[in-house]
Amino acid sequence: MTNEELFEKIQSKFGEYIVEHDTFRNELSVTIKKEKLHEFMQFLHDDSELKFDYLVMMTAVDFPKREERFDLVYELRSIPHKMIMRVKTRTKEDEAVDSVCDIWHSANWDERETYDMFGIKFNNHPDLRRILMPEDWEGYPLRKDYPLKGKPEDDVWLDKHLPEGQIKKPRHTRMP
Amino acid sequence: MNETYQVKNEREVVLNVGPQHPATHGVLRYVVKLDGERIVDSDPQVGFLHRGIEKLAENMTYQQFNPYTDRLDYLAAMNNNLAYVMAVEKLLGIDKEIPERAQYIRVIMAELGRIASHLVWLATHALDIGAMTVFLYCFREREYILDMYEIACGNRLTYNYIRIGGVARDLPEGFMDKLKEFVKLFPKKVKEYHTLLTKNRIWLKRTKDVGYISKEDAINYGIAGPCTRGSGVDWDLRRDVPYSVYPELSFEIPVYDEGDVYARYLVRMDEMVQSNKILEQCIEKIPSGPAMIDKPEYVWEPKERIMTHNYALMKHFVKVVKGIKAPAGEVYFGAENPKGELGFYIYSTGEGKPYRLKIRSPSFINISAMPKMVQGGLIADIISVIGSLDFVFGECDR
Repeated sequence: MTNEELFEKIQSKFGEYIVEHDTFRNELSVTIKKEKLHEFMQFLHDDSELKFDYLVMMTAVDFPKREERFDLVYELRSIPHKMIMRVKTRTKEDEAVDSVCDIWHSANWDERETYDMFGIKFNNHPDLRRILMPEDWEGYPLRKDYPLKGKPEDDVWLDKHLPEGQIKKPRHTRMP
Repeated sequence: MNETYQVKNEREVVLNVGPQHPATHGVLRYVVKLDGERIVDSDPQVGFLHRGIEKLAENMTYQQFNPYTDRLDYLAAMNNNLAYVMAVEKLLGIDKEIPERAQYIRVIMAELGRIASHLVWLATHALDIGAMTVFLYCFREREYILDMYEIACGNRLTYNYIRIGGVARDLPEGFMDKLKEFVKLFPKKVKEYHTLLTKNRIWLKRTKDVGYISKEDAINYGIAGPCTRGSGVDWDLRRDVPYSVYPELSFEIPVYDEGDVYARYLVRMDEMVQSNKILEQCIEKIPSGPAMIDKPEYVWEPKERIMTHNYALMKHFVKVVKGIKAPAGEVYFGAENPKGELGFYIYSTGEGKPYRLKIRSPSFINISAMPKMVQGGLIADIISVIGSLDFVFGECDR
Protein backbone atom coordinates (compact mmCIF):
# COMPACT_ATOMS: atom_id res chain seq x y z
CA MET A 1 0.00 0.00 0.00
CA THR A 2 1.43 3.39 -0.96
CA ASN A 3 1.39 6.40 1.35
CA GLU A 4 -1.44 7.96 -0.67
CA GLU A 5 -3.61 4.85 -0.46
CA LEU A 6 -2.86 4.55 3.22
CA PHE A 7 -3.83 8.15 3.85
CA GLU A 8 -7.03 7.81 1.79
CA LYS A 9 -8.07 4.84 3.87
CA ILE A 10 -7.40 6.70 7.10
CA GLN A 11 -9.13 9.82 5.86
CA SER A 12 -12.30 7.98 4.89
CA LYS A 13 -12.75 6.87 8.50
CA PHE A 14 -11.15 9.62 10.58
CA GLY A 15 -11.16 12.54 8.12
CA GLU A 16 -12.80 15.07 10.45
CA TYR A 17 -10.34 14.38 13.28
CA ILE A 18 -7.18 14.74 11.21
CA VAL A 19 -5.54 18.07 12.00
CA GLU A 20 -2.83 17.86 9.35
CA HIS A 21 -0.82 15.42 7.34
CA ASP A 22 2.50 15.56 5.59
CA THR A 23 4.82 13.36 3.56
CA PHE A 24 8.52 14.12 3.90
CA ARG A 25 11.24 11.79 2.55
CA ASN A 26 8.52 9.28 1.75
CA GLU A 27 7.38 9.10 5.39
CA LEU A 28 3.72 9.76 6.09
CA SER A 29 2.88 11.76 9.24
CA VAL A 30 -0.71 12.18 10.36
CA THR A 31 -1.67 14.50 13.20
CA ILE A 32 -4.89 13.45 14.90
CA LYS A 33 -6.98 15.18 17.53
CA LYS A 34 -6.06 14.07 21.01
CA GLU A 35 -9.57 12.89 21.91
CA LYS A 36 -9.55 10.33 19.09
CA LEU A 37 -6.00 9.12 19.55
CA HIS A 38 -6.79 5.83 21.28
CA GLU A 39 -9.58 4.88 18.91
CA PHE A 40 -7.42 5.78 15.93
CA MET A 41 -4.51 3.70 17.20
CA GLN A 42 -6.79 0.75 17.89
CA PHE A 43 -8.05 0.98 14.31
CA LEU A 44 -4.51 1.07 12.89
CA HIS A 45 -3.59 -1.95 15.00
CA ASP A 46 -6.67 -4.07 14.28
CA ASP A 47 -7.56 -3.32 10.66
CA SER A 48 -6.66 -6.32 8.51
CA GLU A 49 -5.33 -4.21 5.61
CA LEU A 50 -3.09 -2.13 7.88
CA LYS A 51 -2.11 -4.27 10.89
CA PHE A 52 0.31 -1.82 12.48
CA ASP A 53 1.33 -4.39 15.04
CA TYR A 54 4.69 -2.92 16.06
CA LEU A 55 5.19 0.35 17.92
CA VAL A 56 8.74 1.27 16.99
CA MET A 57 9.01 4.18 19.39
CA MET A 58 7.13 7.08 20.89
CA THR A 59 8.36 10.40 22.12
CA ALA A 60 7.47 14.08 22.39
CA VAL A 61 8.69 17.36 20.93
CA ASP A 62 8.43 20.53 23.00
CA PHE A 63 7.30 23.87 21.52
CA PRO A 64 7.21 26.17 24.57
CA LYS A 65 5.62 29.12 22.76
CA ARG A 66 2.70 27.14 21.37
CA GLU A 67 -0.55 26.86 23.32
CA GLU A 68 -0.70 23.12 22.73
CA ARG A 69 2.85 22.82 23.85
CA PHE A 70 3.78 19.22 23.07
CA ASP A 71 3.73 17.09 19.95
CA LEU A 72 3.48 13.40 20.81
CA VAL A 73 5.08 11.28 18.12
CA TYR A 74 4.35 7.59 17.52
CA GLU A 75 6.34 5.65 14.93
CA LEU A 76 4.32 2.61 13.82
CA ARG A 77 5.29 -0.37 11.72
CA SER A 78 3.25 -3.09 10.09
CA ILE A 79 5.40 -6.20 9.99
CA PRO A 80 3.01 -8.25 7.78
CA HIS A 81 2.56 -5.44 5.22
CA LYS A 82 6.03 -3.86 5.57
CA MET A 83 4.68 -0.35 6.05
CA ILE A 84 5.70 2.47 8.34
CA MET A 85 3.83 5.61 9.37
CA ARG A 86 3.99 8.31 11.99
CA VAL A 87 1.06 9.39 14.12
CA LYS A 88 1.17 12.66 15.99
CA THR A 89 -1.07 14.44 18.42
CA ARG A 90 -0.87 17.70 20.32
CA THR A 91 -1.39 18.33 23.99
CA LYS A 92 -1.23 21.18 26.48
CA GLU A 93 1.15 21.18 29.41
CA ASP A 94 -1.41 20.29 32.06
CA GLU A 95 -3.55 17.88 30.04
CA ALA A 96 -3.23 14.11 30.07
CA VAL A 97 -3.22 11.93 26.97
CA ASP A 98 -4.80 8.46 26.65
CA SER A 99 -2.27 5.69 27.08
CA VAL A 100 -1.84 3.14 24.28
CA CYS A 101 -0.28 0.52 26.57
CA ASP A 102 -3.27 -1.74 26.13
CA ILE A 103 -2.66 -1.83 22.37
CA TRP A 104 1.13 -2.17 22.34
CA HIS A 105 2.86 -3.16 25.53
CA SER A 106 6.07 -1.47 24.39
CA ALA A 107 4.32 1.87 24.94
CA ASN A 108 4.57 1.22 28.68
CA TRP A 109 8.20 2.24 29.06
CA ASP A 110 8.06 4.79 26.26
CA GLU A 111 5.23 6.60 28.01
CA ARG A 112 7.06 6.43 31.32
CA GLU A 113 10.08 7.98 29.64
CA THR A 114 7.98 10.70 28.03
CA TYR A 115 6.44 11.46 31.42
CA ASP A 116 9.88 11.50 33.01
CA MET A 117 11.49 13.76 30.42
CA PHE A 118 8.59 16.07 29.48
CA GLY A 119 6.09 15.78 32.31
CA ILE A 120 3.25 14.62 30.07
CA LYS A 121 0.75 12.45 31.94
CA PHE A 122 -1.06 9.47 30.45
CA ASN A 123 -4.56 8.30 31.34
CA ASN A 124 -4.97 4.62 32.19
CA HIS A 125 -1.26 3.92 32.32
CA PRO A 126 -0.72 0.97 34.69
CA ASP A 127 2.41 2.28 36.39
CA LEU A 128 3.28 5.88 35.52
CA ARG A 129 6.48 6.80 37.40
CA ARG A 130 9.89 8.15 36.54
CA ILE A 131 12.19 5.76 34.73
CA LEU A 132 15.54 7.36 33.92
CA MET A 133 15.71 10.13 36.52
CA PRO A 134 15.54 9.54 40.29
CA GLU A 135 12.00 9.23 41.65
CA ASP A 136 12.19 12.47 43.65
CA TRP A 137 13.80 14.56 40.91
CA GLU A 138 12.14 17.89 40.22
CA GLY A 139 11.67 19.23 36.71
CA TYR A 140 11.60 17.63 33.29
CA PRO A 141 15.00 17.66 31.58
CA LEU A 142 13.98 17.47 27.93
CA ARG A 143 11.72 20.50 28.06
CA LYS A 144 13.21 23.40 26.16
CA ASP A 145 13.14 25.66 29.22
CA TYR A 146 15.24 23.24 31.27
CA PRO A 147 18.84 24.48 31.10
CA LEU A 148 21.49 22.24 29.56
CA LYS A 149 23.74 22.48 32.60
CA GLY A 150 20.96 21.71 35.07
CA LYS A 151 19.32 24.00 37.58
CA PRO A 152 20.88 25.45 40.74
CA GLU A 153 18.02 23.77 42.63
CA ASP A 154 19.49 20.41 41.65
CA ASP A 155 21.99 20.96 44.46
CA VAL A 156 19.15 20.38 46.92
CA TRP A 157 18.75 16.88 45.55
CA LEU A 158 22.50 16.28 45.74
CA ASP A 159 22.62 17.57 49.35
CA LYS A 160 19.83 15.19 50.28
CA HIS A 161 21.37 12.11 48.68
CA LEU A 162 25.11 12.68 48.86
CA PRO A 163 26.43 13.49 52.35
CA GLU A 164 28.76 16.43 52.87
CA GLY A 165 32.35 15.85 51.82
CA GLN A 166 31.63 12.56 50.06
CA ILE A 167 31.51 14.02 46.59
CA LYS A 168 32.26 17.42 45.14
CA LYS A 169 29.13 19.23 44.03
CA PRO A 170 29.07 20.52 40.46
CA ARG A 171 29.29 24.26 40.26
CA HIS A 172 26.67 25.98 38.13
CA THR A 173 28.47 28.49 36.06
CA ARG A 174 26.38 31.05 34.23
CA MET A 175 27.42 32.99 31.20
CA PRO A 176 27.42 36.75 31.92
CA MET B 1 3.39 2.06 44.46
CA ASN B 2 4.46 -0.73 42.14
CA GLU B 3 2.92 -4.10 42.99
CA THR B 4 6.31 -5.80 42.92
CA TYR B 5 7.18 -4.21 46.24
CA GLN B 6 4.00 -5.33 48.01
CA VAL B 7 4.22 -8.72 49.64
CA LYS B 8 0.87 -10.53 49.84
CA ASN B 9 1.72 -13.33 52.27
CA GLU B 10 4.58 -14.48 54.47
CA ARG B 11 5.92 -16.87 51.81
CA GLU B 12 6.83 -14.03 49.50
CA VAL B 13 10.16 -12.22 49.65
CA VAL B 14 11.31 -9.11 47.80
CA LEU B 15 14.93 -9.30 46.69
CA ASN B 16 17.28 -6.91 44.91
CA VAL B 17 19.41 -8.41 42.15
CA GLY B 18 22.08 -5.91 41.22
CA PRO B 19 23.16 -3.24 40.49
CA GLN B 20 26.38 -4.64 41.96
CA HIS B 21 25.90 -8.18 40.69
CA PRO B 22 28.44 -8.78 37.88
CA ALA B 23 25.79 -10.24 35.58
CA THR B 24 23.72 -7.06 35.77
CA HIS B 25 26.53 -5.00 34.20
CA GLY B 26 26.76 -2.92 37.37
CA VAL B 27 23.93 -0.62 36.33
CA LEU B 28 20.73 -2.66 36.35
CA ARG B 29 18.78 -2.96 39.56
CA TYR B 30 16.39 -5.84 39.25
CA VAL B 31 13.79 -6.13 41.98
CA VAL B 32 12.16 -9.55 42.17
CA LYS B 33 9.34 -10.88 44.29
CA LEU B 34 9.95 -14.51 45.10
CA ASP B 35 7.89 -17.40 46.35
CA GLY B 36 10.61 -19.85 47.32
CA GLU B 37 12.88 -19.83 44.28
CA ARG B 38 10.04 -19.01 41.87
CA ILE B 39 9.71 -15.48 40.55
CA VAL B 40 6.23 -14.10 41.13
CA ASP B 41 6.81 -10.61 39.85
CA SER B 42 9.73 -8.40 38.91
CA ASP B 43 10.62 -4.81 38.13
CA PRO B 44 13.75 -3.78 36.25
CA GLN B 45 15.05 -0.35 37.25
CA VAL B 46 17.19 1.53 34.79
CA GLY B 47 18.61 5.04 34.54
CA PHE B 48 21.78 4.71 36.60
CA LEU B 49 23.88 5.57 33.56
CA HIS B 50 21.60 8.31 32.21
CA ARG B 51 23.74 11.07 30.68
CA GLY B 52 21.13 13.12 28.84
CA ILE B 53 22.54 12.40 25.39
CA GLU B 54 19.33 13.49 23.67
CA LYS B 55 19.52 16.86 25.41
CA LEU B 56 23.15 17.21 24.35
CA ALA B 57 22.18 16.46 20.76
CA GLU B 58 19.81 19.43 20.72
CA ASN B 59 22.71 21.70 21.58
CA MET B 60 25.28 20.65 19.03
CA THR B 61 25.55 20.41 15.27
CA TYR B 62 24.89 17.22 13.32
CA GLN B 63 28.62 16.66 12.78
CA GLN B 64 29.49 17.32 16.40
CA PHE B 65 27.00 14.75 17.66
CA ASN B 66 28.47 11.94 15.54
CA PRO B 67 31.15 10.86 18.09
CA TYR B 68 28.51 10.79 20.85
CA THR B 69 26.78 7.92 19.10
CA ASP B 70 29.87 5.77 19.75
CA ARG B 71 29.17 6.05 23.45
CA LEU B 72 25.72 4.50 23.14
CA ASP B 73 26.42 0.87 22.35
CA TYR B 74 30.16 0.99 22.88
CA LEU B 75 30.56 -2.64 21.80
CA ALA B 76 29.28 -1.87 18.31
CA ALA B 77 30.17 1.79 17.86
CA MET B 78 30.47 1.55 14.07
CA ASN B 79 26.90 0.30 13.78
CA ASN B 80 25.68 3.25 15.84
CA ASN B 81 27.63 5.65 13.65
CA LEU B 82 26.04 4.11 10.60
CA ALA B 83 22.49 4.39 11.93
CA TYR B 84 22.93 8.01 12.97
CA VAL B 85 24.72 9.08 9.82
CA MET B 86 22.10 7.45 7.62
CA ALA B 87 19.33 9.21 9.54
CA VAL B 88 21.01 12.57 8.93
CA GLU B 89 21.62 11.72 5.28
CA LYS B 90 17.95 10.85 4.93
CA LEU B 91 17.06 14.23 6.39
CA LEU B 92 19.45 15.98 4.03
CA GLY B 93 18.14 13.95 1.08
CA ILE B 94 21.56 12.67 0.02
CA ASP B 95 21.16 9.04 1.09
CA LYS B 96 20.93 7.81 -2.53
CA GLU B 97 24.05 9.67 -3.62
CA ILE B 98 26.65 8.16 -1.30
CA PRO B 99 29.55 6.68 -3.36
CA GLU B 100 29.35 2.93 -3.70
CA ARG B 101 32.80 2.33 -2.30
CA ALA B 102 31.89 4.23 0.84
CA GLN B 103 28.74 2.13 1.20
CA TYR B 104 30.71 -1.11 0.92
CA ILE B 105 33.22 0.12 3.48
CA ARG B 106 30.33 0.97 5.79
CA VAL B 107 28.83 -2.50 5.41
CA ILE B 108 32.22 -4.09 6.11
CA MET B 109 32.55 -2.02 9.26
CA ALA B 110 28.99 -2.74 10.37
CA GLU B 111 29.31 -6.49 9.87
CA LEU B 112 32.65 -6.58 11.65
CA GLY B 113 30.90 -4.64 14.42
CA ARG B 114 28.13 -7.24 14.53
CA ILE B 115 30.64 -10.08 14.89
CA ALA B 116 32.64 -8.16 17.53
CA SER B 117 29.49 -7.36 19.49
CA HIS B 118 28.22 -10.94 19.34
CA LEU B 119 31.62 -12.20 20.46
CA VAL B 120 31.46 -10.05 23.59
CA TRP B 121 27.90 -11.22 24.14
CA LEU B 122 28.89 -14.88 23.82
CA ALA B 123 31.92 -14.40 26.03
CA THR B 124 30.09 -12.68 28.87
CA HIS B 125 26.91 -14.73 28.56
CA ALA B 126 28.92 -17.94 28.86
CA LEU B 127 30.93 -16.48 31.71
CA ASP B 128 27.75 -15.51 33.59
CA ILE B 129 26.56 -19.08 33.32
CA GLY B 130 29.95 -20.46 34.30
CA ALA B 131 31.94 -21.25 31.16
CA MET B 132 35.33 -19.56 31.35
CA THR B 133 37.05 -20.95 28.25
CA VAL B 134 34.57 -19.46 25.80
CA PHE B 135 35.24 -16.06 27.32
CA LEU B 136 38.94 -16.28 26.51
CA TYR B 137 38.36 -17.69 23.02
CA CYS B 138 35.89 -14.96 22.04
CA PHE B 139 38.09 -12.11 23.19
CA ARG B 140 40.99 -13.66 21.26
CA GLU B 141 39.00 -13.41 18.01
CA ARG B 142 37.67 -9.98 18.84
CA GLU B 143 41.24 -8.69 18.93
CA TYR B 144 41.48 -9.38 15.19
CA ILE B 145 38.56 -7.08 14.56
CA LEU B 146 39.87 -4.39 16.87
CA ASP B 147 43.19 -4.52 15.06
CA MET B 148 41.36 -3.90 11.80
CA TYR B 149 39.48 -0.98 13.31
CA GLU B 150 42.74 0.40 14.58
CA ILE B 151 44.21 0.24 11.08
CA ALA B 152 41.15 2.01 9.66
CA CYS B 153 40.66 4.79 12.19
CA GLY B 154 43.23 4.58 14.95
CA ASN B 155 40.92 3.58 17.78
CA ARG B 156 40.04 0.36 19.52
CA LEU B 157 36.86 1.31 21.38
CA THR B 158 35.22 4.57 20.33
CA TYR B 159 35.90 4.29 16.65
CA ASN B 160 34.45 7.25 14.83
CA TYR B 161 35.00 6.49 11.19
CA ILE B 162 31.67 6.72 9.38
CA ARG B 163 30.85 10.32 8.52
CA ILE B 164 27.96 12.18 6.97
CA GLY B 165 28.47 11.68 3.22
CA GLY B 166 30.75 8.65 3.38
CA VAL B 167 33.65 7.58 5.56
CA ALA B 168 36.47 9.62 7.09
CA ARG B 169 39.08 8.30 4.65
CA ASP B 170 39.62 5.41 2.31
CA LEU B 171 40.74 2.05 3.72
CA PRO B 172 44.45 2.19 4.55
CA GLU B 173 46.96 -0.29 3.21
CA GLY B 174 46.97 -3.59 5.01
CA PHE B 175 43.29 -3.53 5.97
CA MET B 176 42.05 -5.76 3.17
CA ASP B 177 44.79 -8.36 3.74
CA LYS B 178 43.87 -8.54 7.39
CA LEU B 179 40.18 -8.80 6.53
CA LYS B 180 40.78 -11.66 4.07
CA GLU B 181 42.78 -13.45 6.73
CA PHE B 182 39.99 -13.00 9.28
CA VAL B 183 37.21 -14.11 6.95
CA LYS B 184 39.09 -17.33 6.20
CA LEU B 185 39.82 -18.03 9.84
CA PHE B 186 36.57 -17.16 11.53
CA PRO B 187 34.26 -20.06 10.50
CA LYS B 188 36.66 -22.51 12.16
CA LYS B 189 36.47 -20.51 15.37
CA VAL B 190 32.67 -20.56 15.37
CA LYS B 191 32.85 -24.35 15.16
CA GLU B 192 35.02 -24.31 18.28
CA TYR B 193 32.36 -22.36 20.19
CA HIS B 194 29.72 -24.81 19.02
CA THR B 195 31.85 -27.72 20.21
CA LEU B 196 32.17 -26.14 23.63
CA LEU B 197 28.57 -25.11 24.16
CA THR B 198 25.84 -26.24 21.77
CA LYS B 199 25.54 -29.81 23.05
CA ASN B 200 27.00 -29.16 26.46
CA ARG B 201 24.62 -30.61 29.05
CA ILE B 202 25.06 -27.81 31.59
CA TRP B 203 24.56 -25.19 28.89
CA LEU B 204 21.37 -26.90 27.70
CA LYS B 205 19.98 -27.15 31.24
CA ARG B 206 20.62 -23.46 31.85
CA THR B 207 19.23 -22.18 28.56
CA LYS B 208 16.59 -24.52 27.14
CA ASP B 209 12.96 -23.61 28.04
CA VAL B 210 14.25 -20.63 30.03
CA GLY B 211 13.11 -17.04 29.51
CA TYR B 212 10.34 -17.97 27.08
CA ILE B 213 8.53 -15.28 25.09
CA SER B 214 6.02 -16.07 22.35
CA LYS B 215 6.01 -14.63 18.83
CA GLU B 216 2.96 -12.44 19.52
CA ASP B 217 4.40 -11.12 22.77
CA ALA B 218 7.76 -10.43 21.15
CA ILE B 219 6.05 -8.15 18.63
CA ASN B 220 3.70 -6.61 21.17
CA TYR B 221 6.54 -5.86 23.59
CA GLY B 222 8.45 -4.25 20.72
CA ILE B 223 11.61 -6.27 21.24
CA ALA B 224 13.96 -6.35 18.30
CA GLY B 225 16.85 -8.06 16.61
CA PRO B 226 18.05 -11.56 17.53
CA CYS B 227 15.59 -11.66 20.45
CA THR B 228 12.56 -11.50 18.13
CA ARG B 229 14.13 -13.84 15.62
CA GLY B 230 14.60 -16.34 18.44
CA SER B 231 10.82 -16.20 18.91
CA GLY B 232 10.02 -17.02 15.30
CA VAL B 233 9.58 -13.51 13.91
CA ASP B 234 11.13 -13.48 10.44
CA TRP B 235 12.11 -9.83 10.39
CA ASP B 236 15.40 -8.14 9.63
CA LEU B 237 15.72 -4.51 8.57
CA ARG B 238 18.68 -5.29 6.32
CA ARG B 239 16.40 -7.41 4.15
CA ASP B 240 12.90 -6.04 4.82
CA VAL B 241 13.61 -2.30 4.83
CA PRO B 242 16.79 -2.44 2.76
CA TYR B 243 19.42 0.23 3.18
CA SER B 244 22.98 0.82 1.99
CA VAL B 245 24.20 -1.98 -0.33
CA TYR B 246 22.54 -4.87 1.54
CA PRO B 247 20.15 -5.60 -1.38
CA GLU B 248 23.19 -6.45 -3.52
CA LEU B 249 24.46 -9.02 -1.05
CA SER B 250 23.01 -12.46 -0.43
CA PHE B 251 22.64 -13.67 3.15
CA GLU B 252 20.17 -15.63 5.23
CA ILE B 253 18.22 -14.51 8.25
CA PRO B 254 18.37 -17.17 10.98
CA VAL B 255 15.01 -17.69 12.71
CA TYR B 256 14.20 -20.11 15.53
CA ASP B 257 10.73 -20.72 16.90
CA GLU B 258 11.47 -21.86 20.46
CA GLY B 259 11.52 -18.36 21.99
CA ASP B 260 13.89 -19.33 24.81
CA VAL B 261 17.44 -18.39 25.76
CA TYR B 262 18.83 -21.28 23.73
CA ALA B 263 17.04 -20.11 20.57
CA ARG B 264 18.41 -16.60 20.99
CA TYR B 265 21.87 -18.13 21.43
CA LEU B 266 21.54 -20.09 18.19
CA VAL B 267 20.28 -17.05 16.28
CA ARG B 268 23.34 -15.03 17.21
CA MET B 269 25.71 -17.90 16.47
CA ASP B 270 24.21 -18.25 12.99
CA GLU B 271 24.25 -14.49 12.50
CA MET B 272 28.00 -14.39 13.00
CA VAL B 273 28.42 -16.95 10.21
CA GLN B 274 26.12 -14.92 7.95
CA SER B 275 28.03 -11.71 8.70
CA ASN B 276 31.19 -13.54 7.69
CA LYS B 277 29.52 -14.47 4.38
CA ILE B 278 28.59 -10.83 3.82
CA LEU B 279 32.21 -9.84 4.43
CA GLU B 280 33.38 -12.43 1.89
CA GLN B 281 31.08 -10.91 -0.73
CA CYS B 282 32.16 -7.37 0.14
CA ILE B 283 35.80 -8.29 -0.44
CA GLU B 284 34.90 -9.50 -3.93
CA LYS B 285 32.49 -6.74 -4.86
CA ILE B 286 34.01 -3.58 -3.39
CA PRO B 287 34.58 -1.12 -6.24
CA SER B 288 37.23 1.55 -6.47
CA GLY B 289 36.32 5.21 -6.37
CA PRO B 290 35.83 8.02 -3.87
CA ALA B 291 34.94 7.29 -0.24
CA MET B 292 33.17 10.61 0.36
CA ILE B 293 30.33 12.40 -1.40
CA ASP B 294 31.22 15.32 -3.64
CA LYS B 295 28.92 17.86 -2.01
CA PRO B 296 31.00 20.43 -0.12
CA GLU B 297 27.95 21.94 1.57
CA TYR B 298 27.37 18.76 3.61
CA VAL B 299 30.85 17.53 4.40
CA TRP B 300 33.93 19.02 5.99
CA GLU B 301 36.64 20.39 3.77
CA PRO B 302 39.60 18.06 3.14
CA LYS B 303 42.38 18.85 5.55
CA GLU B 304 44.91 19.46 2.77
CA ARG B 305 42.70 22.20 1.34
CA ILE B 306 42.15 23.81 4.75
CA MET B 307 45.90 24.02 5.25
CA THR B 308 46.56 25.55 1.85
CA HIS B 309 43.48 27.55 0.80
CA ASN B 310 42.25 30.50 2.78
CA TYR B 311 38.72 30.28 1.40
CA ALA B 312 38.47 26.59 2.31
CA LEU B 313 39.50 27.47 5.86
CA MET B 314 36.76 30.11 6.09
CA LYS B 315 34.12 27.73 4.75
CA HIS B 316 35.26 25.06 7.19
CA PHE B 317 35.05 27.51 10.07
CA VAL B 318 31.45 28.44 9.22
CA LYS B 319 30.47 24.77 8.88
CA VAL B 320 32.01 23.86 12.21
CA VAL B 321 30.38 26.74 14.06
CA LYS B 322 26.94 26.83 12.42
CA GLY B 323 26.63 23.23 11.30
CA ILE B 324 25.35 21.93 8.02
CA LYS B 325 22.02 23.40 7.03
CA ALA B 326 19.35 20.70 7.04
CA PRO B 327 15.87 21.22 5.62
CA ALA B 328 12.92 21.55 8.00
CA GLY B 329 11.11 18.28 8.50
CA GLU B 330 11.20 15.07 10.45
CA VAL B 331 12.65 11.67 9.64
CA TYR B 332 13.07 8.32 11.28
CA PHE B 333 15.74 5.85 10.29
CA GLY B 334 16.23 2.46 11.89
CA ALA B 335 19.20 0.18 11.29
CA GLU B 336 19.60 -3.49 12.17
CA ASN B 337 22.19 -3.38 14.92
CA PRO B 338 23.62 -6.35 16.81
CA LYS B 339 21.20 -5.68 19.67
CA GLY B 340 18.20 -4.97 17.45
CA GLU B 341 16.73 -1.96 15.75
CA LEU B 342 18.58 1.23 16.60
CA GLY B 343 16.62 4.16 15.28
CA PHE B 344 17.09 7.90 15.20
CA TYR B 345 14.12 10.24 15.00
CA ILE B 346 15.18 13.75 14.02
CA TYR B 347 12.94 16.80 14.11
CA SER B 348 14.59 19.62 12.22
CA THR B 349 13.46 23.24 12.08
CA GLY B 350 15.97 24.06 9.34
CA GLU B 351 18.92 24.98 11.52
CA GLY B 352 22.35 23.45 11.89
CA LYS B 353 21.23 21.52 14.97
CA PRO B 354 18.44 19.02 15.46
CA TYR B 355 15.48 20.58 17.30
CA ARG B 356 14.77 17.17 18.81
CA LEU B 357 16.64 13.92 18.47
CA LYS B 358 15.19 10.74 19.90
CA ILE B 359 17.17 7.53 20.05
CA ARG B 360 15.14 4.35 19.77
CA SER B 361 17.47 2.04 21.60
CA PRO B 362 16.90 -1.72 21.34
CA SER B 363 18.35 -2.41 24.79
CA PHE B 364 15.79 -0.14 26.49
CA ILE B 365 12.87 -1.88 24.84
CA ASN B 366 14.31 -5.37 25.29
CA ILE B 367 14.74 -4.90 29.03
CA SER B 368 11.11 -3.81 29.34
CA ALA B 369 10.12 -7.33 28.26
CA MET B 370 12.19 -9.02 30.95
CA PRO B 371 9.41 -9.33 33.58
CA LYS B 372 7.38 -11.26 31.02
CA MET B 373 10.28 -13.60 30.31
CA VAL B 374 11.27 -14.42 33.87
CA GLN B 375 7.83 -14.65 35.47
CA GLY B 376 7.23 -18.13 36.84
CA GLY B 377 10.86 -19.11 36.37
CA LEU B 378 13.61 -19.68 38.89
CA ILE B 379 15.76 -16.93 40.33
CA ALA B 380 18.89 -18.38 38.68
CA ASP B 381 17.18 -17.95 35.29
CA ILE B 382 17.45 -14.17 35.60
CA ILE B 383 21.16 -14.39 34.88
CA SER B 384 20.53 -16.49 31.76
CA VAL B 385 17.85 -14.13 30.52
CA ILE B 386 19.96 -11.02 31.11
CA GLY B 387 22.74 -12.61 29.07
CA SER B 388 20.41 -13.67 26.28
CA LEU B 389 19.01 -10.15 25.83
CA ASP B 390 22.53 -8.78 25.33
CA PHE B 391 21.87 -5.23 26.46
CA VAL B 392 24.35 -2.43 26.89
CA PHE B 393 23.50 0.26 29.35
CA GLY B 394 25.14 3.12 27.53
CA GLU B 395 22.42 2.63 24.97
CA CYS B 396 19.56 1.78 27.30
CA ASP B 397 19.98 4.81 29.58
CA ARG B 398 21.37 7.15 26.92
